[in-house]
Amino acid sequence: MMMPLLRIGHEPLELERIVAALSHSAGADAGADGAVVTFLGLVRNHNVGRSVRYLEYEAYEPLALKAFERIAGEVGARWPNARVAVHHRIGRLEVGEASVAIASRAPHRGDAYAACRYAIERVKQIAPIWKREFFEGGDIWIEGATADPDDVSARVEAEKAACA
Amino acid sequence: MRVTVKLFARLRDIAGASELTRDLPPGATVGALWRDLTRDFPELDRYERSISSALNADYARMDAVVRDGDEVAFLPPVSGG
Repeated sequence: MMMPLLRIGHEPLELERIVAALSHSAGADAGADGAVVTFLGLVRNHNVGRSVRYLEYEAYEPLALKAFERIAGEVGARWPNARVAVHHRIGRLEVGEASVAIASRAPHRGDAYAACRYAIERVKQIAPIWKREFFEGGDIWIEGATADPDDVSARVEAEKAACA
Repeated sequence: MRVTVKLFARLRDIAGASELTRDLPPGATVGALWRDLTRDFPELDRYERSISSALNADYARMDAVVRDGDEVAFLPPVSGG
């Protein structure tokens, strides 16, 4: 079965299948694309001086999928020839495992790189997903950005990172 | 009228439940529901300026009016990726 482009689940992330789904979604236009860029976010064994044992992720799934749809729409508006796939894993993840996978494709590498970077920045800004860090000596919920999809300055920041 | 409240991450830990039901007067807003919760769980108060909210699984503002049967979610700052 073909992978959906946007997904949240407990299963390990499969980059090859995500890239295949993205290729399939390009349909008859697939031949026009000359670049695929992929990003995997991994569980690190250290964070602000703490030794990380593992992470637990949770999501407000229906809203997170809508946030992914919004991000894919923003990518399409900013880079009309690019398309993205966004998969996020939830549940317990060990050090070294991938928590998020993003793939982008476009006719040229510049747009593919930018779309991929933009998508991960926006995931971190507006997707209702949280990680709880279990480290040597305790655990803590990590709290990053206040999610506000309409915050224009956050979008500008993401675009700056994408086009740096 | 009755609404369902969903809480995530640290907010859920504070309230001790991922889902609550609340009775509200007609015309109540998402913000009024939040203030109602902070009365029961004063520790939530420090999230006043950093939470996001959602109404029926769409991002919503604190002045959005809730209706009977709605699902309201309160979201602490996110940390996906």
